[in-house]
Amino acid sequence: MAINKHTEFRYKVWHYTYLTICGLVFFFLIAPLFVIIPLSFNAEQYIHFSDDMLALKPEAFSLRWYEDMVYGTKNPWGLAFRNSLVIGIFATIGATTLGTLAALGLSSKFMPYKALIMSILISPMVVPLIISGSALFFFLAKIGLSSSMLGIIIAHIILGTPFVVITVTATLSSFDHSLTRAASSLGSSPMNTFFKVILPLITPGVVSGALFAFVTSFDEVVVVLFLAGPDQTTVPIQMWTGLREQLSPTILSVATCLIAGSVIILVLMEILRRRSERLRGIQLR
Amino acid sequence: MSKILTTEGLPLEKSLKRVEQKNKFRAFLLVLPLLLFLIVAYVWPILNLLTRSVDNRLISDLLPQTAIALSNWEGNEMPSEDIYKTFYLDLNEAHKQKLSGKVSTRLNYAKNGFKSLINKTRRKLKNFEDENYKDQFIDLNKKWGDIEYWQAMKVAMPKYTIDKYLGSVDLEKNYSGEIIQKPEKRRIHRTLWYRTFYVALGVTICCLLLAYPIAHLLSTLPLRYSNLLLICVLLPFWTSLLVRTSSWMILLQQQGVLNDILVYFKIVGDKSRLELMYNMTGTFVAMTQILLPFMVLPLYSVMKTIPPSLMRAGSSLGGTPFHSFRKIYFPLTYPGIGAGSLLVFILAIGYYITPALVGGASGTLISNRIAYHMKESLDWSMASAMGAMLLVSVLVLYWLYNKILGIDNIKLG
Repeated sequence: MAINKHTEFRYKVWHYTYLTICGLVFFFLIAPLFVIIPLSFNAEQYIHFSDDMLALKPEAFSLRWYEDMVYGTKNPWGLAFRNSLVIGIFATIGATTLGTLAALGLSSKFMPYKALIMSILISPMVVPLIISGSALFFFLAKIGLSSSMLGIIIAHIILGTPFVVITVTATLSSFDHSLTRAASSLGSSPMNTFFKVILPLITPGVVSGALFAFVTSFDEVVVVLFLAGPDQTTVPIQMWTGLREQLSPTILSVATCLIAGSVIILVLMEILRRRSERLRGIQLR
Repeated sequence: MSKILTTEGLPLEKSLKRVEQKNKFRAFLLVLPLLLFLIVAYVWPILNLLTRSVDNRLISDLLPQTAIALSNWEGNEMPSEDIYKTFYLDLNEAHKQKLSGKVSTRLNYAKNGFKSLINKTRRKLKNFEDENYKDQFIDLNKKWGDIEYWQAMKVAMPKYTIDKYLGSVDLEKNYSGEIIQKPEKRRIHRTLWYRTFYVALGVTICCLLLAYPIAHLLSTLPLRYSNLLLICVLLPFWTSLLVRTSSWMILLQQQGVLNDILVYFKIVGDKSRLELMYNMTGTFVAMTQILLPFMVLPLYSVMKTIPPSLMRAGSSLGGTPFHSFRKIYFPLTYPGIGAGSLLVFILAIGYYITPALVGGASGTLISNRIAYHMKESLDWSMASAMGAMLLVSVLVLYWLYNKILGIDNIKLG
């Protein structure tokens, strides 16, 4: 609704009310995240804005909780971070490979039972994690993979594939299939066509699917709670235990690092989106 | 009319069919690895989990003869000497194989008190004489003369049962097989189901009310500004769930930021700080904020396809802005409302982490109860029965989503 000098007064009032409401909702969405960041630089042990902090005195701020995160005694975060990274990377590789292949098949117009198969492939995203966790707990115990990294990786591949399937299918839906026919008519083998023609064009979709899979794995706590032994602690598990016992400032430093991580991912996704739009020759809205 | 032939001399129709068949096979082959993997490592384990909910073979395997004897017993009057004897033989056998602990745990699910009763009895088993088992049992502990224990045992015996499903809605079977309400003080599950449903519904409605205006704003602003504001939606979307939950813990604690602000502005006294966390309020507020992006994004993607000229056309035909909004704009956003609401509802109904951390005792949901049965009470059949009911409700919603919007239309980010 455009506002100009001819607009009736009551609509002006309504328009500004509407903008205020929007502002408040945006504040509600984003503000909680920004409470964490200053508190993680707190010099005191309490999670509390002290008067000194509010007066912006330099001595009220310190990096001690970041030091504690990296060098602290009996420090669980190093191991947790390494485990999360290993699990995340392998789960991403597995989910991206399987998911991309499946998406290629699904977007072929010859694919039989498309709807049924699609809904099976998406199901890990929809089924409550607590159920997936319980089911995988019994399954992995039966095949002797309980409390093992491999077990968690398998679980995270399962949880990550729906995202890859969705993003890659979405990219392929706007893919011009005459390009593959053109490649074949010029004598390219199917393999060659895939690597030289299809893959470069769908890379943005594949990479954003992979990012989704990685974030899902890196963030996942419910299923890991069921599967992990003491050696397989991950960052989310460590945070979960910490939050259940006591909210310590060290957790806030970890949280701040994770927020920084999500900013990086956000930027990557935006770059990918622009690249994909350019590749497909779609003009910006 | 002669048939059109290909260069190989086959009819064109046949040749085309063959190629299509080949393409079909090729497409299927690409999907096959993931499909097989999911069926073996996901669908099968879930089905397997579901069978646990009705599988009650453990107890009848431990006490095989007693199971048969009790199934023939009417349950109105005290069991006969024969039943006591069979029970003695079975229990003694189980005890020799060091399985009597399992018997006591399992029977304790059927009736509280069985655990200590069996544990007391099994130590004396070797002193039993070869006759008058009934009297010896009752002498040992007079609970063995209480018909309620035998009735509970009879109810617990069948190999497959729906008892756990009844239990998860606070019903139980009495000895004659009638389904009755559990005693008042043992009814805990039904409240949880209602609560889960209401929280999911409430969170969905709140998300819709909050998301609608901002999705509208995002879709009408020039691209430069809307991309900037979209970050406010996407940053929480990409941030770890635990990080966002911990930020709510900081805000809502009694010594937390919100209470500090309220005290600072003298809205509440320092002594009477509000309890915002470890109750329903905490769960509700935190879940609304965490799930809000899942409502905004589908709404936004629908709204940005609605041409602004429609509203202008409405005005030029004499509609007030509110009238054109109600008659034109709002109906066009139905797909977005449907997609967002179903998505949020599906996610909310199975929520575990946030309620466990900020919910306290009065703000936990059905998932938390399932986790409790999985990890603490170790009543796995109960966990899977409750899981099955949760799963069915989610799958119905998923089916609806599929039916209304089509699974291909799920969009991310």
